[in-house]
Amino acid sequence: MFSAIRQASRSGSFALRAAHRATPVARVSRPTLLVRTLITKKYTEDHEAIVYDDQTKIGTVSITDYAQSSLGDVVYVELPQEGTEITQGDQIGAVESVKAASDIFAPVSGVVKEVNDTLNDQPSLLNKSPEQDGWLCKVELSDPAELEVLMTEEQYKKHCESDH
Amino acid sequence: MASAAGDALKKTGLYDFHVANGAKMVPFAGYSMPLSYGNVGAVASHHHVRNSAGLFDVGHMVQSNFRGPTATAFLEWLTPSSLKSLPQYSSTLSVLLNERGGIIDDTIITKHADDAYYVVTNAGRRDRDLAWFKEKVAEWNAGEKAKTEGPVEHEVLEDWGLLALQGPEAAQYLQGLTSFDLRELTFGKCAFVPIEGFNLHVARGGYTGEDGFEISIPPSQTIDVAQLLSKPPVQLTGLGARDSLRLEAGMCLYGQDLDEDTTPVEAGLTWVIGKDRRESGDFIGAEGVRKHLKEGPPRRRVGLIVEGAPARQGAKIFTPSGDEQIGTVTSGIPSPTLGKNIAMAYVANGWHKKGTEVAVDVRNKLRRAVLTPMPFVPTHYYRG
Repeated sequence: MFSAIRQASRSGSFALRAAHRATPVARVSRPTLLVRTLITKKYTEDHEAIVYDDQTKIGTVSITDYAQSSLGDVVYVELPQEGTEITQGDQIGAVESVKAASDIFAPVSGVVKEVNDTLNDQPSLLNKSPEQDGWLCKVELSDPAELEVLMTEEQYKKHCESDH
Repeated sequence: MASAAGDALKKTGLYDFHVANGAKMVPFAGYSMPLSYGNVGAVASHHHVRNSAGLFDVGHMVQSNFRGPTATAFLEWLTPSSLKSLPQYSSTLSVLLNERGGIIDDTIITKHADDAYYVVTNAGRRDRDLAWFKEKVAEWNAGEKAKTEGPVEHEVLEDWGLLALQGPEAAQYLQGLTSFDLRELTFGKCAFVPIEGFNLHVARGGYTGEDGFEISIPPSQTIDVAQLLSKPPVQLTGLGARDSLRLEAGMCLYGQDLDEDTTPVEAGLTWVIGKDRRESGDFIGAEGVRKHLKEGPPRRRVGLIVEGAPARQGAKIFTPSGDEQIGTVTSGIPSPTLGKNIAMAYVANGWHKKGTEVAVDVRNKLRRAVLTPMPFVPTHYYRG
């Protein structure tokens, strides 16, 4: 079930070993690197992205750059309330451009811990920085295994190409 | 990107011109049309038309001529407009009505003479309108009046170009290309205007609420004229901005805000019905229209300002308590000019007065909305 995460873990530790062998200086940073924090980024068919930190169990939800560019100028963002319990696939909000409304679906189940209130005043952040400053909400995952059904970056790229 | 459906789409004479100018082409009313150009967003494009000038390809619309000694009477049968009293080289908004008084299409009718009219109808209604014209012309020409006074001919200006130059700087720009004094051409008037060697039909008006012109162009000259009309400060403008501009101006989009089950009285277009025509009632669909005039229509087209989320087409409108549905939104957007959510809707008669508070369901949440007179953004027509 955890194959993608395990895979990420394996390649991560491999990279670490490689780096270690190549440059002994890297030893200085070893203690931090050895904290086995894994950041996983997954994508949904509905063009949401989630960045999951397995140490905090928090996933940061955003819309993808592809989504913002097809939506055009975002003028309004509706976000879920903090504390809301959500289930994977729930409609939890919406992003509106002049052209259209696009629903935001929960990429995973859990509890909404934080929402990006800046978007109320600056919805255009979604266009400028959709996957960084324009993040939508942070979710504490109740079942990280749900990430498994989401797409990897490579799969998502293919999905966007076939989306036309 | 090309798909089987995409290949079947029709193109205007400016398709290659759009692509060369970086247009994002999308299907619209059976045509491949520009949504936007380059990296200019819909909002920036919208503001440019409100503040400067934009050029729209509207060559997908159907341009027709109706000619013949009984052309005026024929078009007064097809529409409720007073065309006898319409001055030459003037245009009016009108509607084609079915037998029930429902709107087959909205149209701009331009009178060149009592026996010559130029009519523009919607691309999305092409098949329906052309079949209707064909049927009605045949019926008319078989009738007594046509037999004694002469028949009517209908000609479609196939592949002709139609460009709309819109915005507060449109007149100044166009004046730079012609010796014709455009101050004579007030809103609703038209003329054949020499533009850099081309002699083109120019009508003052448009679909944005701004001052502007709609220019009809023979097929062989369309690209040259488009190039002539799209130099700075004029920006090419796509369908995205066209929709937000027309909605701010309170103008209907057929298929969303108008359909065959809606009479002009319900649609708030009673003003297109000539006063003399209301009494005579000698036009197709008169009975249904007069019933609504007399008894009041069961529902009315209104403007709304919606709090919070924009209400889009199909959003349901309720009484403020949310108990009873009283209408439906037909078009809605966040207005780029106002920064508020505007919508066009139909509500039950009695709920249509300005200032009335209602509730609109967006994503299963009721949002407060207030009935607001249209246009949402004041129009800036040139009336001389």
